[in-house]
Amino acid sequence: MESNKNFVLGVFDDEDVLLHAVTKVKDKGVKIHEVYSPFPVHGLDAALGYKRTRLPIAAFLFGMTGTSLALIMQIWMLGYDWPMIIGGKNHAALPPFIPVTFELTVLLSALGMVATFLIASDLKPYKWPQQFDVRSTDDKHIMAIDLAKNRLTKEDIGALLKDSGAQEVNDKNF
Amino acid sequence: MQVSSTLRESLITGGKTVSDVSEDICRQVEGKPTPLWWMAFGIALTLLGFGAYAMIITLWDGIGMWGLNRTVGWAWDITNFVWWVGIGHAGTLISAILLLFRQKWRMSINRAAEAMTIFAVICAATFPMVHMGRLWLGFYWALPLPNAFGSLWVNFNSPLLWDVFAISTYFTVSLVFWYIGLIPDFAVIRDRAVRAGHNTRALIYNTLSFGWQGGAKTWMRYESVALILAGLSTPLVLSVHTIVSMDFATSVVPGWHTTIFPPYFVAGAIFSGFAMVLTLLLITRKVFRLEDYITIYHVELMNIIIIVTGSIVGIAYITEFFIAWYGQVPAEQYAFINRAFGPYWWAYWSMMTCNVISPQLFWIKKIRTSLVSTFVLSIIVNIGMWFERFVIIVTSLHRDYLPSSWAMFYPTMYDVGVYVMTFGFFFTAFLLFAKFFPVVNMAEIKSILKSSSEKKH
Repeated sequence: MESNKNFVLGVFDDEDVLLHAVTKVKDKGVKIHEVYSPFPVHGLDAALGYKRTRLPIAAFLFGMTGTSLALIMQIWMLGYDWPMIIGGKNHAALPPFIPVTFELTVLLSALGMVATFLIASDLKPYKWPQQFDVRSTDDKHIMAIDLAKNRLTKEDIGALLKDSGAQEVNDKNF
Repeated sequence: MQVSSTLRESLITGGKTVSDVSEDICRQVEGKPTPLWWMAFGIALTLLGFGAYAMIITLWDGIGMWGLNRTVGWAWDITNFVWWVGIGHAGTLISAILLLFRQKWRMSINRAAEAMTIFAVICAATFPMVHMGRLWLGFYWALPLPNAFGSLWVNFNSPLLWDVFAISTYFTVSLVFWYIGLIPDFAVIRDRAVRAGHNTRALIYNTLSFGWQGGAKTWMRYESVALILAGLSTPLVLSVHTIVSMDFATSVVPGWHTTIFPPYFVAGAIFSGFAMVLTLLLITRKVFRLEDYITIYHVELMNIIIIVTGSIVGIAYITEFFIAWYGQVPAEQYAFINRAFGPYWWAYWSMMTCNVISPQLFWIKKIRTSLVSTFVLSIIVNIGMWFERFVIIVTSLHRDYLPSSWAMFYPTMYDVGVYVMTFGFFFTAFLLFAKFFPVVNMAEIKSILKSSSEKKH
């Protein structure tokens, strides 16, 4: 697979320096491919201009699916398919159905949201990621800039990164 | 550059850098197991082996091998079930409820506590499944599947069925929550393996890490997922022990028929769970040299939770007794007098001593900040909580409305053996987890290092 993608990498040591650097680099009109960090850096998503994730909506919709399925299942099974009087209650008595409905709501919401997260973030067991720098899971923040998507030259971007506090500036080609 | 707060006690000591965290936690995954680990693993496997024998006999000959009789139809099995489920609750409290309250101190202990939850729930689920008799048909009976009884469905009005849904949902959601937390840490081990040139290890941990890279967008989603899972797990964990308590509370057996059960069981669950977390973590921090991550401060905070929940449990015991007298129902009054002064008085007073008196010792700062006394008291609390369930279950059943069927319960070696098996499984699984998985959540520790770490001298 020779896609020949050229990246400039800014290596940062400190999350606060990184946050300022992101703003500075973006102000110069440079498009950042992505920033890889060993831990979640608060405010980084906003600095990079990412929209808020819609995963909560997914969780809610999956949860509602769970609620509906649980209620339909219980009302159909005990109310229509084989009605029986248990403890003198109505066939389809709602209060005793609450626990199972609640549990299935939580179950579907959690599983559905996590599945959405894994698919949206392209996380799967057999995938070997394109690694920019293996230190990005240890203690370094790596800012990757795709040269093809920027008008500035490699040298200019490198100088800008150095100027914003990057410890090292490296190249990476895939 | 290290910036640390001077106002709060530091959560991570030893002036660690971000890189030190990866090094300290990954060391035990990458190195060979220590002799101490092998010793513990050997003991755990022995317990598992002995227990497996008792379990095979139980399955082969039936649960008649247990000491149950026609009067006491629930005894050690359900006691152990409730005890193990309760232990699991601390893990979820630490990982979910303390996350919602933004308690940073949970970050050193949440991984191990969640692992404990998962193994404890597996141990718990063993008992009702075996108690159903023919284990291999259990799923068929307990789940709403089309069946050969003319599709006579399961009874959704029964708390026993609610338990099936509650426990299986609890297990699944806890497992998912735990695994999502592990993904970034597996990637740390993978990348260290890449740098060290261990290809097989890199491949295994890459598979486990789902090809994690740690881009800002993924982290943003990851944090959102963690928060929502915490929000879902919080009512879930409360519902689980509430439903477990309803197994008893919705019946008409004197001593069980009590509306106080749900909150009282949940408090008891967290109480015993924290005791088990302390027992396990005090050993883990010693064996894996995690003294800088799990500090005395962490131990003290957990002991404070034990005081709070222990006191709630104590008040519940006294309230139960008071209401039995105040309610003026003779059968109920008899059940409680019999509990305290009947043939099972020793179980009742063991429970009272271990659960009501012993945690109050933690009011003394010296005791709650000492590792030895914490370790001893954590075991005492767990013994007490086992007796609590035994007292509730056996003393309520053994003398009911019909004096001609009054009986005593005597456990057989198979009752004991199956309980021992769950211990063997629990410790075997925990030791394997502690060896092959990162026992402390590295990503979270790294994120609080700047604000909560001790200054480097």
